[in-house]
Parts: sequence; C-alpha cells; structure tokens
Amino acid sequence: MIKFNLFVLPFSLGLIYIVYSIIIHYYRWIKALPAVDKVKLATGIRTPSKVTASLKEIFLEGLIHRKLWKRNPLLGYMHMSFALGWFLLIVVGNLESRIYHGAYINAPYYPIFLKFFIHDRLVLFFEIFTVPAFFRFIMDFLLLFVLSGLTLALIKRKQSKWFGMKQTTQHSLFDRVALSCLWMIFPMRLLAESYTAGYFGGGGGFLTQNLGNLLIAVTPGPAEIIAYFFWWSYSLVLGLFFIMMPYSRYMHIPSELLLIVFRHCGIQSKKWGSSFSDLEAHSCSRCGVCIDACQLDFAAGIRNIQAVYLIRGQRDQYITEYIAMTCMICGRCQEACPVGIKADSLRLIKRREIGSGQVSDFSYITSTHPGFADVVYFAGCMSHLTPSIHIAMEGIFKKAGVNYLFMDQDGSICCGRPLMLAGKDKQANELIEFNKTLIRQTRAKLLVTSCPICYKVFREEYNLPIRIQHHSQYLLELVKEGKIALQSQHRKVVYHDPCDLGRGGNVYEAPRELLGKISDLVATEKNCADALCCGGSLGLMNTSIQKKDEVTRNALQSLLKNEPDILVTACPLCKKTFSKHSQTEVRDIAELVHDAIPGRNILSTRAILETETVTS
Amino acid sequence: MGNSVIIIGGGISGMTAAGILVQQGLDVTLLEKENETGGHLARWDRLFPDRRKASEVLDFVKAGLNQVKIVTGVTVTGISKHDYDFTITTRIQHPASSIHSQFSASALLLATGFDLFEARKKEEYGYGIYNNVITSADLEDQFKSGKGILTREGKIPGRIGLVHCVGSRDEKVGNLYCSKVCCVTGVKQAIELKEMYPASEVFNFYMDLRMFDRHFEELYYEAQQKWGVSFIRGRLSECAENPDGSIILKTEDTLTGKPLKMTVDLLILLTGFVPAIGTSAICGMLGLKSGTDGFVNSADSHTSNNSSGVPGVFLAGALKGPISIGEAIADARAAAVQLAGYIKSTTAYND
Ligand code: SF4
Ligand code: SF4
Ligand code: SF4
Repeated sequence: MIKFNLFVLPFSLGLIYIVYSIIIHYYRWIKALPAVDKVKLATGIRTPSKVTASLKEIFLEGLIHRKLWKRNPLLGYMHMSFALGWFLLIVVGNLESRIYHGAYINAPYYPIFLKFFIHDRLVLFFEIFTVPAFFRFIMDFLLLFVLSGLTLALIKRKQSKWFGMKQTTQHSLFDRVALSCLWMIFPMRLLAESYTAGYFGGGGGFLTQNLGNLLIAVTPGPAEIIAYFFWWSYSLVLGLFFIMMPYSRYMHIPSELLLIVFRHCGIQSKKWGSSFSDLEAHSCSRCGVCIDACQLDFAAGIRNIQAVYLIRGQRDQYITEYIAMTCMICGRCQEACPVGIKADSLRLIKRREIGSGQVSDFSYITSTHPGFADVVYFAGCMSHLTPSIHIAMEGIFKKAGVNYLFMDQDGSICCGRPLMLAGKDKQANELIEFNKTLIRQTRAKLLVTSCPICYKVFREEYNLPIRIQHHSQYLLELVKEGKIALQSQHRKVVYHDPCDLGRGGNVYEAPRELLGKISDLVATEKNCADALCCGGSLGLMNTSIQKKDEVTRNALQSLLKNEPDILVTACPLCKKTFSKHSQTEVRDIAELVHDAIPGRNILSTRAILETETVTS
Repeated sequence: MGNSVIIIGGGISGMTAAGILVQQGLDVTLLEKENETGGHLARWDRLFPDRRKASEVLDFVKAGLNQVKIVTGVTVTGISKHDYDFTITTRIQHPASSIHSQFSASALLLATGFDLFEARKKEEYGYGIYNNVITSADLEDQFKSGKGILTREGKIPGRIGLVHCVGSRDEKVGNLYCSKVCCVTGVKQAIELKEMYPASEVFNFYMDLRMFDRHFEELYYEAQQKWGVSFIRGRLSECAENPDGSIILKTEDTLTGKPLKMTVDLLILLTGFVPAIGTSAICGMLGLKSGTDGFVNSADSHTSNNSSGVPGVFLAGALKGPISIGEAIADARAAAVQLAGYIKSTTAYND
C-alpha cells in the first residue's frame, strides 16, 4: 500500500548517492590498508569483544557524544540532539510506518515522508492512548529535540562565547552549503508536517497538529499547495545535503564509525601517511574544540594552524609548510579532541614528507666501549644546558650507592627527537642505532633519563629490552626501596607537567607523589592532561621568539597564581624556558630531591659532589 | 618649595646631576635604595680604556655633593603629582620594620640605572654551579680586594676564558640589544689579568668586538700585540666541570668553522645590562613608557633625550640603555641643565 509522489525523488537520489559514496570510501580505506592492518581488521571483526566494544563506542561517541559532553556540556547537548535525535527519528519513524503497511522492506522515503501519505484523524477520546497516537507524540518530541539542538547551533554561530568557546572554526564553501541544508532540513519537516496536519485536521502530534492548526488559521492561501511546497523543499534539502556530504565536513559521521572499528582492531597511525590517517582526517567534525585548547591561539594570537586546519588540509591534500611547521607538538589539542584524532602524528607525517631528502652527517660520532653498569643514566642534550639537573642526579646516584654510568657525560649524544620533529627520520635512525649499541654494551637493566623528550623517544623508537624510566619515576622508586631518605623542606611549590612526560608519557603521579614527600605541593589551575606547554617546544620551528615568549608568559601567569616559592618541573627544556621569564625560582624535581637528602650543607652542588666522590 | 628637586638613584648619573643642581642653587634630595651611593661604579676597580682607578672618578663626583640631602636605604613606593608639585612616598628597607616617609619636589630626575644580567639565567655556563665560573663584576671585586686572582682551589689560573655577550644579544634570554661596554671591559680585564700573570693564557670568546669609542680599538690591538691575548670568534654553547674544578668549554670557532673544546681554570662571564628591577614600578607611577627591551623611552631619542614626556620629570643615565661612565656623566649634566631650566620657567610662571 506504499504510495508515491514525485517530490520524493530528490531525497531518494541523494540517498542513493551518499550510500554509494560511503561504500566507495569504505572500500578504498580498507583496500589501502597495509597487509598487517588488513589482517588485524579481519580478525578484529570476528572477535565478539572487539565488535561489542566498537558498537558501544559508536553509541557513546557517535550518538551521545560523551567526550564532548565532558569537555563542554552545551556543545555535547547540541551534537547529541542532532545525532541521537535524527537517528531516533529514523528508527522510530520506520517502526511507525509499519503500522500502515505490512511489508518487511519499504521504500526508504516512505517513513521519511510518512505524514504526507498518512493523515487520519484520531477522533475518539480514547484514541490518544492508541499506538498511532503514541508514535505521533514520540515523533514530535524527537523533532523538538533536534530543533532545540538547531537553535543552539544557530546561537553558537553568532555567539560562540556563550558556549565557553573563544573561537569557532572558519568553514569552507562546501561546508557552508552543507550546513545551510542541514539547518533547513528540520524546519522544513516541521512546516511540511504541520501544514499537512492542519489542512487535513489530523495526523500530527502535539507539536505539528497544534502548529498546523495555527498556521492554517493565520496564513491565507491554498494550504494544500503550501504544504506541498514544503514537502518538496524538505526533500530537496535532504537530497542536497546527502550529495554535499562527501565533500563537506559531514563526511565525519560515516568516517568516524569506521575509525572506531579500526581503532578497536588495533590499527594505528603510521610514520608515513596511510589510509588510516586519511580516515582520521575525514573523521574530524570541525567542532573547533582543538582551537580553544591551543596556546598558540589564545596566548600568541597565531590562528589557522590548529589541528582542525591541519586536518582539513590533509583531507583536501593541501597542507602548507607553514601549517606543518607551526606547532609545538604539545598534544593539548589531541588530548581535547572528542574524536580522539592524533593530530600530532598527522603533523609529523607531513613534516617527514617535507624533511626527507635533506642530509646530514654523523660520521663525527665515534664509538668506544662505554663500560658496564647496572643503570645507564642519559641526561639528554637539554640537561647539558641546565647542568644543575645532572649534577643533582649524580649526587643522588652516589648517595644511593648505585652502580651507574653517565652515558652522555660529555654531552655529545642526542636521542634523535629534534631530527624527528624536523621530519628527518632517516638521520634520526642512524643516531638511534648508534645509541642502542652503546646502551646494549653496558649490560644495564635500567635506563634513566632526565629529559621527557628522550624518555618518549627511548620508549617509542628504541625498542630496548630493558626498563626505561624518567628520573621522577626512578627517584620515587629509590625512596620506596629505602635507598634514599628524604626530609621535607616545606617550601611551597607548584608542579608543571612537561608535555612529553605528561600527555606524551602518561607520567602524572610519580612526580606529585615525590614532591608530596619533600615539599608543600599546591595545585595549579590547569594540570595533568590539561597542563599548558611552557612554550619552549623544539617542535615549533618557524615562529619568532617573541611569539614563544608570549606563550611562556601566559603559562607562567597561570602556574604562579598561587604564589609558590618554587616552580618545579621535570624537564630541562621547561626549566630553561620558564627561567627566562620567571621571577619565581624554577627548579627541576631532581634538584629538590637532592636538596632534601638530610645532612647536605648547601655550599655548592659541585662541592657536595666532590665530598661524596671522596667518601665513596 | 618652588626650587626643590628629587633625584631617584644615587649612582654615577644621579650624583653628577645632584652636584650640578646644587651649584644652580636648587634644593636637592637624592634617594638611593642601597645603603651607599656610588652604584656599580663603587664596585669597579679600574676603568677602560686607560685603566685609571674608578675611585678617582667617584671621588670627583662625590666632592660636589656637600649641599645635597642624601637618603639611602629607601625604596620609592608612590609618586603623585598635583599641578607643579610632586609627592613621593618611600619605605625604608628593613627586614623587621618598614618606616614610610614623604618628600615633596617641583621636579624629578630619574637616574635608576641598570642591573647586571643575572648570570644564573644562563645556566649552561654554570654560574653559581661551578666554582670557577665568575662574572666580570666578581672579578672587579677580586681586583679591588688586592689579594690576586685565584681559582677556588687557591691556584693561579694558568688558562683563563672571558665570555662576551652574556645576557646580551641573545634571543634565548630575551635580550636582543648590545650592552656596549662589555667588549671593552673584556679587553681591559684580559690585559689586567695578563699584567698580573704574564705566564697565563687568556682567551676572549666573542661574537663581534664593538670597540666603539676613542682609544678602544688601540686597546684591542695592545691586548693582542703587547699582551698576547687570544680572541676567538664564537658563541660559547655550554660548560662542564672537571673533577679538579677546571671548566670545559664548548664552542665553535666561527672563523675556522670547527667545533672547539677547551679547558680553562677560570671562566669570566661579561654580563651585560638589564633594566634595574625597580624602574618599571616607578615608570608605572608616572605613566612612562619603556621599549620592548625594558629600558625607559625618552621623549625623543635625538632631540629631547633627557625629557620623559611628563612635565617636570627628567631622565638621566643607564635607565635609558647601556652607556659608559663618561657618557653617563655627560648625560647627567645635560639632564641637570634641562631640569634647572624647567624650574626657572615654572617659578617665573608661578610668580
Ligand atoms: S581535530 Fe578533533 S577537536 Fe579539532 S575540530 Fe576536529 S574533531 Fe574537533
Ligand atoms: S599540538 Fe599544541 S601547539 Fe600544536 S596545534 Fe595542537 S594545541 Fe596547538
Ligand atoms: S659590547 Fe660586546 S660583549 Fe657586550 S653585548 Fe655588545 S658585543 Fe656583546
């Protein structure tokens, strides 16, 4: 008993187009996966636990937008009302349409335009308790739900500040056309259904029926034709939206579904661009959350380089060198991203493409046997610019009676990260191989580093068969094992999470626990995963020192709000960067630990080291 | 009250101006935050380019101060202006108590000078960490003490390094400007060290040598030809310490393009000028502007370099940027003449 009318054609054509387009995209992404990833995908989708986990995440992130809720409730509601509301409209609409026809398969347009075909009156009082009335109520309720989200979206365009957002994404032409269509869909539906319900005096729910009656009463003209016009408009904007979708940001909806499945199957971003990166790029909703997270934006006024713009560039196969290079790789944006897009990896891929082809020469490094030890200590080249850090570490090693070897004592070795950040991976690999041999030769069981950057690189790129610790973790372990005893100095301190130790290495607790033992630790405004970058990042290569200074000063302002005696960090680069602008003393956690070892007369660090050397 | 003047800062500029202004018959009060007047000059042993005693210059300037009311150990906490009169509140620096007092004046001269760059900020050079790394000012202290220059271990330094541009011309510490006088100070100190220890080797590590004034270039030649001081062009990158206390330097010789590693027994950091810590607060009280380098801007750097732009407030000396002793004296005199002229014109107007 399915009916037909010409106006359903634009919608139907659009639908065919988008379904076809999604299939093609999915096919291409899967086909272009490296062989290992294909195997992962094939096994993943046959593993029930992974499938359930994917479905759960699709529900929570794709429909409810849980992460966005946590970040920004208003924005979360807005996205949820669109996604969940629309989804339910389709599902419930489908069920509703089944009252009126018995076939298992119906034409896709039928539930969408149901009210055009069905407008029977519910006359008797008890009929409001019947199944059709129930559906009409639910459908109107859902429509209202979506429209509430739409209202918020309109407000956000005009007044993003009300959403706690300072910036809103600058959209491209396709995005704006698609956006206009999207915004028209539900008002058109409301008007079409209302006019029809009003004209026939039935078929609508609490919203559409009452609004319809009102509209018929107040608007002159042939109601039937007006209603028909709106049905056409509704179908046209729907169709157009579907056709624009693959070219606009709304492609993020189907893309994110596949991305979630990929991730649950263990597929990750590669060093060089892969179809996974392309899929990630398509999954960005351009929500703009990353813009507000970026200190280059809010502290230094550098716009148009943030994750959202990088990703748009990636999608359109057009990333300028400026965008690729202007970023501190601080990880704040990817931490904030509700879709979980690893923008830093994408940016490094681009840098690799730009940086490859340049050569450098490491023939100057010569290898001599380093000697044997239990612990290899790697200060890192940055710590050589802040010698009090490695001097403190050596003092502690000696105090604890550790058999250690100071691998880069003369400061000539580099972990390779600066080269990687510049996109010169080939050269970095040469260095890495050289260092690995050195480390292996020492036969140590543990590698301790003072630099979070080295820490990250050792763990992610070296593939070493031994334990790797940042000194904050190591020092805490020494305390717990009773190898060093500490006495609190009761100085009021704040702790700054270095990007590569916190977001990059997931080390948040060890330094805090350690500081709790030796000082009076007070809170900062932003901390842990939300911590600010010091502005000294090696990753930011093409930006003036003045801009970096702005980032640093802004971060200091936030960190020093509680007026601590000492600003403590756990990274030589942060220490150096903050010292430049801070009136408050800036120190590394290792220095504080060294000071907290009882019986130390603070003459000069070196003098202590010498007496310790003499006695040991 | 029509002819009272307050000078903030009792260094060479403030004292020079004070001497001129009392000569003009004005009633001068000099406020100094330290317990002694004399500023940085009081710490210096001998001056470039002729290596005369700094104390001679200091004595000359101080000789003119008999009529000046000198108040030391005070910090300016507030300045207000009503018509032609200024009211200045100060606090006596004392750990236990703080005593506030007030001064009034018809004109102000700011001569708050400069601070030496805090060498600890350049941590890679190891000042405050390695015992045998000292600053040029520490070296002057030691020259003054007359006990000779020894390493912390009590030995005569066989090899000495002097590092130019510490805290100047260095984006990494945020100071882009040249401090102007450290180059010639480095040459002077190198010669003095050679005078003291002819057998020792002395190396100056520089980026450019800025021998801008009369006799400076000659001094540089003398250092090389007569005293055998070596000049190495290259910025020091970092230092480390040997177990015996000697210092390992890492630098690059940019003339030969080779990385260079060298051990010295004593390392002297030629620290540059930074704006004095209290100056920005005083500028804030008067609404004066500073440049991006933090030094105070005058009304016009060519034609009104002693005017602040605020009527009755004048500027003298190194608060406007790095200058030598000779220049500071000349600048202070110029400021004094302008200030006296201002007082004259306003009193005439008031009468
Ligand atoms: S990258 Fe993430 S946070 Fe940024 S716009 Fe895209 S989805 Fe939003
Ligand atoms: S990594 Fe940091 S600097 Fe780069 S875009 Fe993201 S938030 Fe901004
Ligand atoms: S005077 Fe010489 S040492 Fe001083 S900042 Fe200028 S160039 Fe550097």
